[in-house]
Amino acid sequence: MAKPVGASRSSLLNDPRTRAWAFQIIAIVAVVALGWYLFQNTQTNLQNRGITSGFGFLDNSAGFGVSQSLIDYSEANSYGRLFFVGLLNTLLVSALGIIIATVLGFIIGVARLSPNWLIRKMASVYIEVFRNIPPLLQIFFWYFAVLRLVPNPRQSLDFMGTLFLNNRGLYVPAPVGAEGLTAMLVALAIAFVASIVVFRWAKAKRHATGERFPVLLTVLGLFIGLPLLAALVFGAPLHWEVPQLQGFNFRGGWVVIPELFALLVALSVYTAAFIAETVRSGIQSVSHGQTEAANSLGLPAGKTLRLVIIPQAMRVIIPPLTSQYLNLTKNSSLAAGIGYPDMVALFAGTVLNQTGQAIETIAITMSVYLTISLTISLLMNVYNKRMALAER
Amino acid sequence: MTTHTFKPDLPPPGKTVGAWAWMRANLFSSPVNTLLTLLAAYLIWLLIPPLLDWAFISATFSGTTRADCAPGGACWVFIKERFGQFMYGFYPTEERWRVNLTLLIAIVGAAPVFFKAMPRRAIYGIGFLIVYPVVAWILLHGGVLGLEQVPTTRWGGLTLTLVIAAAGIAGALPLGIVLALGRRSHMPAVRVLCVTFIEFWRGVPLITVLFMSSVMLPLFLPEGMSFDKLLRALIGVILFQSAYIAEVVRGGLQAIPKGQYEAAGAMGLGYWRVMGLVILPQALKLVIPGIVNTFIALFKDTSLVIIIGLFDLLNSLHQATVDPAWLGMSTEGYVFGALIYFIFCFGMSQYSQRLERKLDTGHRR
Amino acid sequence: MKMVKSTLAALTAAAVFGLAGTAHAGPTLDAVKKKGFVQCGISDGLPGFSYAEAGGAYKGLDVDVCRAVAAAVFGDATKVRYSPLTAKERFTALQSGEIDMLSRNTTWTSSRDGGMGMNFAGVNYYDGVGFLVNKELGVSGAKELDGATICIQAGTTTELNVSDYFRANGLKYTPITYDRSDESAKSLEAGRCDVLTSDQSQLYAQRIKLAQPDQYVVLPEVISKEPLGPAVRRGDEDWFAIVKWSLFAMIGAEELGVTSANVEQMAKETKNPDVARLLGAEGSFGNDLKLPKDWAVQIVKQVGNYGESFERNVGQGSELKIKRGLNAQWNNGGILYAPPVR
Repeated sequence: MAKPVGASRSSLLNDPRTRAWAFQIIAIVAVVALGWYLFQNTQTNLQNRGITSGFGFLDNSAGFGVSQSLIDYSEANSYGRLFFVGLLNTLLVSALGIIIATVLGFIIGVARLSPNWLIRKMASVYIEVFRNIPPLLQIFFWYFAVLRLVPNPRQSLDFMGTLFLNNRGLYVPAPVGAEGLTAMLVALAIAFVASIVVFRWAKAKRHATGERFPVLLTVLGLFIGLPLLAALVFGAPLHWEVPQLQGFNFRGGWVVIPELFALLVALSVYTAAFIAETVRSGIQSVSHGQTEAANSLGLPAGKTLRLVIIPQAMRVIIPPLTSQYLNLTKNSSLAAGIGYPDMVALFAGTVLNQTGQAIETIAITMSVYLTISLTISLLMNVYNKRMALAER
Repeated sequence: MTTHTFKPDLPPPGKTVGAWAWMRANLFSSPVNTLLTLLAAYLIWLLIPPLLDWAFISATFSGTTRADCAPGGACWVFIKERFGQFMYGFYPTEERWRVNLTLLIAIVGAAPVFFKAMPRRAIYGIGFLIVYPVVAWILLHGGVLGLEQVPTTRWGGLTLTLVIAAAGIAGALPLGIVLALGRRSHMPAVRVLCVTFIEFWRGVPLITVLFMSSVMLPLFLPEGMSFDKLLRALIGVILFQSAYIAEVVRGGLQAIPKGQYEAAGAMGLGYWRVMGLVILPQALKLVIPGIVNTFIALFKDTSLVIIIGLFDLLNSLHQATVDPAWLGMSTEGYVFGALIYFIFCFGMSQYSQRLERKLDTGHRR
Repeated sequence: MKMVKSTLAALTAAAVFGLAGTAHAGPTLDAVKKKGFVQCGISDGLPGFSYAEAGGAYKGLDVDVCRAVAAAVFGDATKVRYSPLTAKERFTALQSGEIDMLSRNTTWTSSRDGGMGMNFAGVNYYDGVGFLVNKELGVSGAKELDGATICIQAGTTTELNVSDYFRANGLKYTPITYDRSDESAKSLEAGRCDVLTSDQSQLYAQRIKLAQPDQYVVLPEVISKEPLGPAVRRGDEDWFAIVKWSLFAMIGAEELGVTSANVEQMAKETKNPDVARLLGAEGSFGNDLKLPKDWAVQIVKQVGNYGESFERNVGQGSELKIKRGLNAQWNNGGILYAPPVR
């Protein structure tokens, strides 16, 4: 190949590969230098002002209480344990939120495509209204406007003497293990194993002979019948601890605190609007020919939906659905606005303030969310690869 | 001879036009549908009349204090009395014309960008994006040209919300495009840096980013250097949003057929010219709806600055509801706020959907 | 690379907009003099201590300390710029040099002096954690609060003190923590919690914000020591001394009977050597502090002595009507005690 005229003089500069190398080296050096610069600044700042650094504070006793904790926690416990309290609270609200938002989102997404005009319009109004209002405002609305209408503990709304709703939360009876518990658990385990056996056997039989076996009914029977039998023979597995009004508050039972309730409602309602849109576009992405083909094979409508449309739609739905789940998890950090003790409010908020170690607490908090996000992205990539392979 | 006896005529088919036919097709096509319709109608009956009653019929519109409000209905007097604060925050009353003027310049200045007939739209648009922030800053902050200085701590209400949203998008867009290009680069080091940057910001909640910028950023900087609180929040918002923009733009870059790159390269164009003259104009056009959607998300996210104590629209509403003179006005306040956010976000999403449809037809073969 | 760009962009933006303050290049005093004002961190709204009036001007006991420092340094109490800070931001704002001093009803504790890089310059209000409850509950003392739900501001010493108190007395409680005190008050009103806990001074301030203040009482118990005072960054002794002595000048002036009304006259005519030294008529003690000679005169003239500031902001001249109590002069039943100027 002939060299272009005049290129020899500055060939090194004009060689794209050399330039790429040079550019990359400059980029890396710049980033490292910036990192080093910031690190140096921070070090100097911390030292000059005598600010403690390091993660030693995690072992110190926290000394303050928390309104909701899934694990045993008392004021004497360490900041380290408090971290897990916050983490679990975040995971709790995210998990519950994801379940509710998914159910609600699928219903509304399907309703959005309903042949019924009224239902269709209502679904679109829901979607447009709730996805265009900031989630934080929705949380405030539920917490400061709606839940404040609920009466105080002494005038609790009472549902048959077992469920109590007041401005301290929703009190529900808590199950406490009784003598029949072991037997019940064993019965459930047996039912579970038996179901798997039945399922496999039925599948094999179907493949071999084409005959269908009523798997669902059998499994249901197993799961209801066996535990019932166990309860009859060995006695009730649980008894219920009913909340009682004592002093200022109800004691005993489980309580859903208003902060959790407001956060949950707001996040689910908000995310459901997005999920509904995802579901709608997923179902619409399956071409109409598929439905027609299924019809011409004689499949009834229900089976068409279940066996033909949904499996294909899911491939389109699942990636954006996961990112909605991630968004919900990240949005759960808005808990800080209403005092629900999640990761951000508890750790990046209170602990930061009590210890004054901003860098460490924020770094820990961020890395938790980063870990959750990256893990889910990773799983998503694996899923996408599998789906892509399944295409041919 | 066989005689043909005609069968009697079938009855005419049901009406396919008219209100009744429409209702039968859309509301009562099957027993299940009929049931659903009735259920939905009942739900609407349950919700709408009390809502209308609360918001309009029993509501109070005139007056100056809480005592003027009739019980049982909304008290819009509260909104009326606090309207200035919701719009401008603590911006001095006699200087508020500056905010209005800034907004007016934005509307008048940006309008030509949306007219097809305008020559050199792109260049004008970019020029406007560069000049406008300076003008807006001078007008809002003052301190020069004889304008009284209004420190950013006194900005608030919808003004601050719009400032954060506008500055956020203006900063995040160029940064996001550069990041997207970096992510698609052939240089592994650049690619890794960009991917790390993007995934980092996308993986953390904005609230922690805001915490970081308000609490940690000052410790990163050398002694003696400190930023205005609003600017710190803006840096956080821009870094955060640029990662999302980058992903949107990347989608557009991926959608451009390889032939375009090769053709541009064959013309002897260098990397920046290929990108600047051939690829980006096509890619960005494709992702305008995506960018608008990101902007909607950004607009909603501005409400989070309440957590670091900036007085945006939501915080102004929130503060007003704790005023002892107006206790019990939470619902009115939040409903009003929701309405404003809704108008902006819904308007933008309708625009983005229209664009999407328009662009869609262009690419259908 | 991108970080460089973004940071550079941010830096240039800051430089262009003139926002990159040079808060404390070297000694704070020089920097303050150069920029022409004291940047003072205050609370984001607490009646009596620091709050914005309708016009946007800040007032309060804590604000007066900022003003006193400005009066001492510049001879002009208006040369202050305020940064309203949330409880979370206050320490880093000081540590990072965003503000020159923090006067935000902050409790003086060893860990804040030690690990957080601050120096407390004295106490401008002796406070203690108390309880505000609804009269309906019929509670007369803190010991009856077993099982109560308590609203607390997140990240404060109150949170720790309440927990200590309830643990020490074997009582149970449920804490509900909010970022802002307004939200706590709102929650108390709505019945989300039975008790609002905070420094007593704040309880009075919160109470007047409620719709029916008479419906609520402050319980007699004070369960902790909360000495509130201004703080400065560690590592600048001169500035530390200035803030410290600006506060002492206010307290000392009250003890010596110097008020904003009579200060100029006394500066000229006084026979009392203590007053003469404080007001710069004798010696040059102000200069030792790197301040003008008439520093204390300016403070008292423009801000008033401690007693005046107290009465105006939180005492009988205000809506809070807090009694002097511990915050009276040492020779008047309180524990305020300013070291002598000499």
